[in-house]
Amino acid sequence: MSDTTINPDEIAKFTRMAEEWWDPSGKFKPLHKFNPVRLTYIREKALARFGRDGHARRPLEGLRVLDIGCGGGLLCEPLARLGASVTGIDPAERNIAVARLHAEQSGLDIDYRAETAEAIAASGATFDIVLNMEVIEHVDNVPLFMKSASDMVTPGGMMLVATINRTARAYALAIVGAEYVLRWLPRGTHDWKKFITPDEVSALVTRNGLRVAEKIGVVFHPLEDAWKKSADTGVNYMLLAERG
Amino acid sequence: MPANTDADYDVAIVGGGPVGLALAIALADGMDGIRIALLDRRPLSVPRDQRASTIAAGVRKVLDGLGVWPGVAGVASPVRAMRITDSGTGDIARPLFLSFSGDVAPGEPFAHLVPNTALAEALLARLGDRAEIIAPVTIAGFAADRQRGRLTLADGRTISAALVVAADGAMSGLRGMAGIGVVTHDYRQTGLVATIGHEHDHEGIAYEHFRPAGPFASLPLLDSDGRGLRSSLVWTESAPEAARLAALPLAEAASAIEAAMGSALGAVTLEGALQSYPLRLILARSFIAERLALVGDAAHVVHPIAGQGLNLGLKDVAALAETVLDALRLGLDPGQADTLERYQRWRRLDTALMAMVTDGMNRLFSNDVAPLRAIRDLGLGVVDRLPPVKGALMARAAGLDAQGPRLLRGLPA
Repeated sequence: MSDTTINPDEIAKFTRMAEEWWDPSGKFKPLHKFNPVRLTYIREKALARFGRDGHARRPLEGLRVLDIGCGGGLLCEPLARLGASVTGIDPAERNIAVARLHAEQSGLDIDYRAETAEAIAASGATFDIVLNMEVIEHVDNVPLFMKSASDMVTPGGMMLVATINRTARAYALAIVGAEYVLRWLPRGTHDWKKFITPDEVSALVTRNGLRVAEKIGVVFHPLEDAWKKSADTGVNYMLLAERG
Repeated sequence: MPANTDADYDVAIVGGGPVGLALAIALADGMDGIRIALLDRRPLSVPRDQRASTIAAGVRKVLDGLGVWPGVAGVASPVRAMRITDSGTGDIARPLFLSFSGDVAPGEPFAHLVPNTALAEALLARLGDRAEIIAPVTIAGFAADRQRGRLTLADGRTISAALVVAADGAMSGLRGMAGIGVVTHDYRQTGLVATIGHEHDHEGIAYEHFRPAGPFASLPLLDSDGRGLRSSLVWTESAPEAARLAALPLAEAASAIEAAMGSALGAVTLEGALQSYPLRLILARSFIAERLALVGDAAHVVHPIAGQGLNLGLKDVAALAETVLDALRLGLDPGQADTLERYQRWRRLDTALMAMVTDGMNRLFSNDVAPLRAIRDLGLGVVDRLPPVKGALMARAAGLDAQGPRLLRGLPA
């Protein structure tokens, strides 16, 4: 096992795709489709945790948010529009370049850095909200990664995790279905062995001082062409962990 | 914001009619601090307009949800029953084919007739200063890029917004500027509109007489004392006959109307001259373009037979307000393609159905061919005897649909 969480093959793969991040009907269409359900979850949990007014145009004003594995900035930009002070990190320089360019075009001030979670954690930085979304399944040394991510949650803050369960159904849907049948994702995007169960994620965040407040499933509804929350955590799921 | 000196908004609505105003209210209700511009070529004020609009039960919920309904409830005339008759040439007896009566829900009549002036007043009062009013103004151009829609005004100003909404009516200038074509059908009929006083109380009954020349509808209004001695008429005639009627002295026109209506409401007096206009079906080929959404008559003009014009527009408002607010609440771009496609998916089917139904009703009834009369005798007769089918038709016409936008379900947008 390496002493870094970066898997070079993964970085190269996403770098090739980087320019297409912001095309809602391009290669990242699945992520654009997935964005509303995860943004809804982040918003709902942030409003509750920090006592914010959901009627406001910028309800997250002043909250410090870290998005780990921010890619082209698909989560960072909406959260910045909602008022959050957003830091987006991604080990792929090219993703960060794409994200910076797009934020500038959008007139948004976002702190993008081509850094790893371990490096930011080592600097002692902490955040009100740490976003750990669709990233665990792409890193090596998951325990070190989860410790770094958890350490950056400030007391009173929270971490939101979204990833894919390691079940037979996840293999059928997330790999065979999404990559081979529906061609939503390029082949090789996901490796089933890197999927992680909700219990494993819970154990890792609990070990690092967070409390798991909720686990929910996320399921695709083909007729509505939309992802929705569900009790079924068998494939895609999200988990809320809080400190203090 | 991008480094430019434009006035910049979340949404810029062009057209301050009832649909544009309702949209501005729905957006302002949904989010504090939302930046809305409302533009019109005339100063925003209550129009001089004698006409009344039909507000279906489901759409009344939208106005209620927007806090507008209390402002018009006092002058709104409930439609508690509908009687549909088939009247052939020279028929004296009018066979009754279909009658709806009773409320769609306890205390919720099938529809209301609301005077247009009262509706405009209530909408303007409810909006207050929650939108920046830019009127009177002439729009000289519209352009869209990946970030913003931009309106160029004739006085040289530019207005930019994440989303521009065309609520500028049947002859929408913005629709043309965005290069959206229309499908039109000329009904070769002329619509006539009048407000009448009559001898007998209408008791909340709307009449629709299907005649070979086209439908004739009488919709219940309240007079100044709140009595049911006044009605709004909408009917169709061939162009020459419409011209002849419109040229008649008021007393003679009133007699002609009396004859056309049958005797249910007694002697008729006209409150003003007949207004006539050519009837056309207009459907925009798309309800959206880059950074642009069409609502109301800019998107669709249907046959007035079913009184659905403003109802469709307010359903557009419910759908568009929800898609825009859902996007803004998540920090997403309310003018991006997938947000707009959601709006279009939601509205185009309903609109096309309504256009087909009203068009089909019009074609089916606007003739005196015996086999067709037999079919509609059968059709309406069967419908009238089957309560579940009738209930579903009524719910549909009343705009009550469980899958609809939140405002149509009586929920906040």
